[in-house]
Amino acid sequence: MGNDAKKMVMNTPMLDELESGPWPSFITDLKKYSEKRPVITQLLNQLNDSYETKWNYWQGKIINCSGYGGGIIARVSDKSDVYPDLANFHTVRVIEPPGWVYSTDALRNIADIAERNGAGIIQLHGMSGDILLLGFDDEGSLQCCEDLMNDGWDIGGSGAAMRTLQCCVGQARCEMACYDTMKTTKHITDTFIEYLHRPEFVYKCKFKLSGCGNDCANAIVRSDLPIIGTWRGPMEIKQSEVAAFIDKKGLDYVIDNVIARCPTNCISLKTATKEIEVDDANCVHCMHCLNVMPKALSPGKDKGVTILVGGHRTLKIGDTMSSVLVPFMKLETDEDLVKLTDFIDEVWEFWNDNGMDHERIGEFIHRIGMGNFLKGCGIEPDPRMIREPRTTSYIKFEELAPSRMEGEREQNPPVWNREPESSETM
Amino acid sequence: MSETKLAPRDQGAPDYTKFLHPVMVDNYGEWDYHERIKPGVLVHVAKSGDKLFTVRAGSPRTMSADTVRIICEIADQHCEGFLRFTTRCNVEFMCREESEVEPLIATIGEKLGWPLGGTGPSVSNIAHTQGWLHCNLPGSDAAGSTKALMDDLIADFTQEDLPNRVHISSSCCQINCASHGDISIIVQHHHAPRIDHNNMQICELPKVVAICPAAAIRPKLVNGKESVEIVEEKCMYCGACHGQCPSMEIRDSETDTLSIWVGGKMSNARSAPTFMKLAVWGIPNTPPRWPEVSEAVKKILSAYKETGKPWERVGEWIDRIGWAKFFELTGFPFTRYHIDDGPEALSTLNRSAMVRL
Ligand code: HEM
Ligand code: SF4
Ligand code: SF4
Ligand code: SF4
Ligand code: SF4
Repeated sequence: MGNDAKKMVMNTPMLDELESGPWPSFITDLKKYSEKRPVITQLLNQLNDSYETKWNYWQGKIINCSGYGGGIIARVSDKSDVYPDLANFHTVRVIEPPGWVYSTDALRNIADIAERNGAGIIQLHGMSGDILLLGFDDEGSLQCCEDLMNDGWDIGGSGAAMRTLQCCVGQARCEMACYDTMKTTKHITDTFIEYLHRPEFVYKCKFKLSGCGNDCANAIVRSDLPIIGTWRGPMEIKQSEVAAFIDKKGLDYVIDNVIARCPTNCISLKTATKEIEVDDANCVHCMHCLNVMPKALSPGKDKGVTILVGGHRTLKIGDTMSSVLVPFMKLETDEDLVKLTDFIDEVWEFWNDNGMDHERIGEFIHRIGMGNFLKGCGIEPDPRMIREPRTTSYIKFEELAPSRMEGEREQNPPVWNREPESSETM
Repeated sequence: MSETKLAPRDQGAPDYTKFLHPVMVDNYGEWDYHERIKPGVLVHVAKSGDKLFTVRAGSPRTMSADTVRIICEIADQHCEGFLRFTTRCNVEFMCREESEVEPLIATIGEKLGWPLGGTGPSVSNIAHTQGWLHCNLPGSDAAGSTKALMDDLIADFTQEDLPNRVHISSSCCQINCASHGDISIIVQHHHAPRIDHNNMQICELPKVVAICPAAAIRPKLVNGKESVEIVEEKCMYCGACHGQCPSMEIRDSETDTLSIWVGGKMSNARSAPTFMKLAVWGIPNTPPRWPEVSEAVKKILSAYKETGKPWERVGEWIDRIGWAKFFELTGFPFTRYHIDDGPEALSTLNRSAMVRL
């Protein structure tokens, strides 16, 4: 463990170059901290070697706590002959508090557990949203997890499993929030916690939740199932604040930066009265005008969410951007939350029954087509799911196919069926 | 491996309600508007009239337990014992009295020395990944290159004088954990994986064949042992197989380079979200400070600052002025490699007679 690490001389000429300059240096921080955790000397020496050789010295391996398939990312060093305490130097993935809010007690608790069991290096936060604790040997990793559990934390999210969720600050401190992102994040995490702990899917699945279309949680590109706040019906407008804004910024500014920038041209300006009018039926809730005039404009009263599907980064078929799956859903009561997780369960079931190994939801939809995906999930198609209807004329219209004899297999086996023979049961 | 003590305890996400600043608790869901007081300082005003002042500081993301404790001390001293972090790894200290803001800022300066900013139309903290510090796949470092680049962009973090916010991300392999950004830096490989036939992990064979997006991997007997071969013409050097199997080594310290991508946007404001596009390639991977990356990013930022209109994100700015102008302003060469040949390739061509001349 870190405490017993053999004393070694810090020799990091390349890393020393990262100690000057105005941005905080993790090198300076870790160097100082190496007095407490001497293993860090070995870590930084190895990192310096990488800087010299442009080569990486970490390999992966698998370690699991019993009953968990995820939570520990095991790392072993190729240079453990030189840096013996890096032989096992793992990361523990801790489920973060939704919105990344902390009491100092909670955060100190994390720091203590990280320090007590390992190198005491903490990343706030991992790109998957979680708290990353670095630098545990095998025993330390398990003890760290044990300590975390005892203090009410939980771990998880690696392998073909659900990942930790990530959400924006939402209603806790943002006037734009159209639903309770934190509560929903906790609800989804807790409801599906077994999927976070034990990889059971065909591949990984990520959720990210944003309170509005500004998407501060980066949901639309970075998650398989983004949940983004929105509203229907009229936007809230305080005309007195609109007038005050015009007085302050001038008409030209408002025309150029509010009226002209609305993507659906749905704002009109009444110059005589210094009021605006919004064609609410045509507003796509992009958030721009609210961002420019947060005092004057607010989301409407009938709030809810848009659920999207299919986002993921480039591996394997290239980037996929999420697209609309449920144009609007209320998400206010506890029943609404249960409805949401039931719905997700159905989508997952279809994906996991029919997706191929290592196929993210977006890749699955790419292979079988959104129309078939909707049918498989039992979701009614809605024109708000598309930018425009198809232009390809090769279509299998099931309803128009000639009728078949009793017992004969279905004329148009769904495209997702890898073995058409089995389609009788579909 | 030692004996495990854990029995599954499906505890779930922490109870965030205990971690909320009291002003957040009192005004949960009842916020009215916010204002930016100065770079790095926000005030959120609730319908009740309550105010919550936020001071945002750029963090290095990777920190020692002691530094985390210093953060806690500051929050105890000024913020009633509560704080939060942002998507881009900034730390936010919050207080209820305006008179507390300056003392808070002074304490942050004294105890952490971290810069304040990342609010409004500025460059926020760089979303970045593990790199050589702790991943098994990196061709470069992420935390170090982020430190070096933020040193060079510090004025853009601490001031709010860009057309709109700029999100930068930096990733050390094509998996790209840091994702899309207005400006994004990624490692690029230049040859097919070199297979270590002796170390082939037989158990992973079917998976490694299946993971290749180009169907370039075939099972093959090598020296009587089960292994694989790569069809070089099909391979596109993506490294997906390397993520699956360490014996498919794709990195090369001699030939790996960096490329910079622009115009990624996750927000829906004004225009629909967009992927980032290739701006410049072949940038050398030069630790410890990657000066060529800084230089290229600065070219993009200064062109954006000069010719972008208020509220335009980098991608929206380029959409308006056209890519020809972008390459002219930045001085980056436009090459045949900029023309897409991926799944969306045809839709990226100029399929019109609308040409800026
Ligand atoms: C055994 C292999 C892998 C390990 C141990 C691993 C580990 C990680 C870690 C530690 C992060 C957080 C990075 C950070 O914050 O520094 C991460 C994020 C990420 N990983 Fe992996 N990863 C693996 C394979 C993959 C593969 C094959 C893909 C591509 C399909 C992938 C895609 C991503 C993405 C896109 C993120 C960003 C997450 C987000 O935006 O929410 N990873 N991974
Ligand atoms: S996504 Fe919307 S609701 Fe959430 S923090 Fe950002 S602006 Fe606020
Ligand atoms: S939210 Fe967007 S679409 Fe709706 S009125 Fe404002 S600018 Fe237009
Ligand atoms: S971008 Fe690649 S190398 Fe970097 S942390 Fe992510 S998986 Fe590892
Ligand atoms: S680098 Fe990519 S394309 Fe090449 S063999 Fe590996 S997975 Fe296939």
